Amino acid sequence: MHAAAALPPRFQDWFATRGWAPRAHQLEMLAKARAGRSALLIAPTGGGKTLAGFLPSLIDLSERAPRNTPAGIHTLYISPLKALAVDVERNLMTPIREMGLKVVAESRTGDTGESRKARQRIKPPDILLTTPEQLALFCAWEGARAYFADLSCVIIDEAHALWPSKRGDLLALHLARLQLFAPNMRRVGLSATVDDPDLVRRWLGVHRNDQDPPPPGEVSAKPTEGARAADVQLAPSGPPGHIPQGGRISEPDVDLVLGSGGAPPVVEVLVSGGRVPWAGHTAEHAMAEVYEIIKGAKTALVFVNTRFQAEFAFQRLWELNDEGLPIALHHGSLSAEQRRKVEAAMARGELRAVVCTSTLDMGIDWGDVDLVIQLAAPKGASRMVQRIGRANHRLDEPSRALFVPASRFEMLECRAAADAILENHLDGELERTGALDVLAQHIMGCACSEPFDLVALHDEIRTAGPYADLSWEDFEAVVDFVSTGGYALKSYDKFRRIVPGPDGLWRARNAQTVQRHRMNVGAIVTAATVNVRIGGGKRPMGGRKIGEAEEGYFEQLTPGDTFVFAGQVWRFNSLVGADAFVSPAPNDDPKMPSWGGSKFPLSTYLASRVRKMMQDEGEWTALPPDVQEWLAWQKVRSALPGEDQMLLETFPRGKRFHMVCYPFEGRLAHTTLAMLLTRRLDRLGVGPLGFVCNDYVLNLWSLKPMDDLDLDALFDQDMLGDDLEAWLEESFMMKRSFKACALIAGLIERRYPGEEKSGRQVTFSTDLIYDVLRRHQPDHLLLRCARQDAATGLLDVARLGDMLARVKGNIRNVRLDRVSPFAVPIMLEIGRERAPGDAAGEAILAEAEEDLIAEAMA
Amino acid sequence: MTRFESNPCGGLRIDLAGTSVVLRGSGALWIETERTLVVADLHFEKGSSYAARFGQLLPPYDTRETLDRLDREVTALSPSRLIFLGDSFHDAGGETRLADGDAERLAGLARDRQLIWAVGNHDEDGPRVLPGEVIDEASILGLVLRHEPQAGLQPGEVAGHLHPAARVSSGRGSVRRRCFVTDGSRLILPAFGAYTGGLNVLDDAFSGLFCRPVLAAALGAKRVHAVGMKSLRPD
Repeated sequence: MHAAAALPPRFQDWFATRGWAPRAHQLEMLAKARAGRSALLIAPTGGGKTLAGFLPSLIDLSERAPRNTPAGIHTLYISPLKALAVDVERNLMTPIREMGLKVVAESRTGDTGESRKARQRIKPPDILLTTPEQLALFCAWEGARAYFADLSCVIIDEAHALWPSKRGDLLALHLARLQLFAPNMRRVGLSATVDDPDLVRRWLGVHRNDQDPPPPGEVSAKPTEGARAADVQLAPSGPPGHIPQGGRISEPDVDLVLGSGGAPPVVEVLVSGGRVPWAGHTAEHAMAEVYEIIKGAKTALVFVNTRFQAEFAFQRLWELNDEGLPIALHHGSLSAEQRRKVEAAMARGELRAVVCTSTLDMGIDWGDVDLVIQLAAPKGASRMVQRIGRANHRLDEPSRALFVPASRFEMLECRAAADAILENHLDGELERTGALDVLAQHIMGCACSEPFDLVALHDEIRTAGPYADLSWEDFEAVVDFVSTGGYALKSYDKFRRIVPGPDGLWRARNAQTVQRHRMNVGAIVTAATVNVRIGGGKRPMGGRKIGEAEEGYFEQLTPGDTFVFAGQVWRFNSLVGADAFVSPAPNDDPKMPSWGGSKFPLSTYLASRVRKMMQDEGEWTALPPDVQEWLAWQKVRSALPGEDQMLLETFPRGKRFHMVCYPFEGRLAHTTLAMLLTRRLDRLGVGPLGFVCNDYVLNLWSLKPMDDLDLDALFDQDMLGDDLEAWLEESFMMKRSFKACALIAGLIERRYPGEEKSGRQVTFSTDLIYDVLRRHQPDHLLLRCARQDAATGLLDVARLGDMLARVKGNIRNVRLDRVSPFAVPIMLEIGRERAPGDAAGEAILAEAEEDLIAEAMA
Repeated sequence: MTRFESNPCGGLRIDLAGTSVVLRGSGALWIETERTLVVADLHFEKGSSYAARFGQLLPPYDTRETLDRLDREVTALSPSRLIFLGDSFHDAGGETRLADGDAERLAGLARDRQLIWAVGNHDEDGPRVLPGEVIDEASILGLVLRHEPQAGLQPGEVAGHLHPAARVSSGRGSVRRRCFVTDGSRLILPAFGAYTGGLNVLDDAFSGLFCRPVLAAALGAKRVHAVGMKSLRPD
């Protein structure tokens, strides 16, 4: 192949002995490197993507002239996963060894031993493979500038997963810092297929602020009206950077390289036994057939959406597993050691199936996977494409995937997702503005590394994509926060964490401040967890740890209850400090409270496809007969929602009156909507009693009929104003958001020197801090951050805003005398939900008192 | 079991070693016949103590918030005597770190009534400049008021120090709240300060203080809830 001539002979030979020809995108990445260009490579898994990223560095290192002084790091590789950094290190050793290259490649993660870390600082390897958190530590080190002076290339793996997150914000800031230390450094991103590569390029690239204002019309990149409207409502002072300011950034200086697409996947939807259940999330009805399908495959990955579903499916599959197939379980609550074991067995090809959550959405390639099963609806097209990509890494053969819908609405969603994937349509992402709590952490890190000048630092930060529009006012506010806490009450001038010196440069206050910062870096905030240990009795000895669970999980259990965890049935004995003690229990009908895990909302794009499918009877033919019948019935008995309509049914049932709406906007947005509607209905004197939501529907019930309400007024967008504000302030979601922001920004600490502070203890004190701060300085920077996070993340206010705008004047109200076919699934979900929040807390207290009174009267 | 009845203001009236007292929803104790209001563990300037010791810049509004709470109680009850039951300042330097307005408000509390500072382990010497009487303990109507509960049988003891909190559980989940805890003979007050955390009443620190089953009076949003042992859970 003539193109191979671009490779040095040693590399040509290596490819030849392997029986490979370099792929077009590998050569293109090499050409970009030789031209000194940064590049984003988008290719499906299995396309030699990692090698494409490293090849230019390996060639450059092999051609390097011997030097008298020891060289610094040449290439820095960043992976979002610790395990991936270690795996890539191992894979990289193969070409290095086989070509006899004099290149040292080493990984460095949180698990790397202290002596190796110390050695890496004194004698840097040529290629360092690490995580964003380790890079944050490097950047807060006084030796950072010298250490990275020789850096020629940074490779960021799984860039599609990193960029739209706070970790991505922090990494972008660190890239800006590294560029300062090594001006010629190239940036290389490796990414799975995404809807809009320009968003990733903008994140990855260097932004130079033009002095001239741009011509009108070129300003807006992809504004999201809903997000902006919601933000303005929430933060009257205006959110940072959301409204592009003058001096628009130039085109990102990152070239796009596309790998060849490979064969399109084969996607099927399983209709087990010819029927689809009315409701449910577990797909229990299909389990026997899923087991048979696993038997017919070489190795299957069985993806589910929550840890609860993972435990459930694993349990059911093993009940059916007469042949004793090696089927394993993998999710985020299992201990790291247990997960590593499963991954290793998978790599050795010893497993026939792994039931897993998003923990296996990315990672190293497993050649033997030939089937991906998605139990319950996929929720988004992009994530599904990623998951399907885990099967069959040879590009010329199609990946096989099977969707197993758990309910009728999920059937519609699975069909829509399968069509979207075949048409190569992915979920759109929103443009991201860098979070200010992350910026606060970065500024503190900079001060720990070396003194900085305010104006120079502001310029440096704005070269990072997410912060390209950072205003001077916001920057100053963050600097003030880092220095004095940013309080209107100026109490802390003498306790500043960073101080300007006589030279005008800012530096960390003292060694203790620096030390404390280093113990708290990173933008990952994990939920407070308890260790699940084997042990019994009231004062148990510390037994073997079987995993971790979110702290709320065991609050739902009373000692003696049995539950499923890590694929086994356990009895819950006691909760002592940060340890939950359990003992093995007989396998009889365990209680199974569902617990958090990841609950992805239905993507906007899939939701719109589902709405379209319901309208277009021509598309129904792709659906099983019982689902077609269900749709037809709904049309007769009630109505089908139009594409831009929202169907709203009212009907009595028992002593209650129900209002069922069908916005199809995902559970988060529905929950927020239901909370706000409840407030309004309460004011209208309707007496709302409760609600339940899923990804498609929300169902509210009340004491009085809701037939004659002014729906346009009830659903008016102004609910996102005062009502939202008032509810939000009291909401436990705001407290959770605030805690995350406070941890990232360094207001509260993850770990104190010499004392382990568990998440459980922190929960209490951040709530106190939140309550005091919101009463005395509601416009504080961190409250602003928390509101914005809650609005985009936990509440999905942006999406709710879009939806309210869409259905304005478009609410189709159908008054019924009884439940409609569409409403059946959500009626079945009533009573399964636990209402979180303060109101529930008061009810619990009142109940406990009633018990006591009853006891006293007995 | 301790006898209790709810009070119109949302508090809980109990009989403590022969004296009728009200456990207020704020966490304060009201001895009506003596028009005496007792609050424990205010921990003024706890926020700024973190700044001074570790450079951790917690919001400095905790003193202000605690004073707001105190003001509401003083306005509602017009006590003729106000007793701070120890650990009123989080540390010895707290008094000097008070913001100007806060120091004046604190001094103002002594204007129309007797202000008493019982000392605690965090503030062994009491305030230096602020008005009021500094004491180790006080006796009122057969009740003994001191910061730290003493070992052994202490009928009529009213103390703070332990920051009791109750985790209350029902079939629907659990909730954790600050609480009073009493067996009808001894009473431990919840911490009143804005930044004070709580220690579970099932912790070892409480064992040996009570000889009968305890009643936890948990502070709800609008009223005090009487909770028995059966509904209490460890953390």
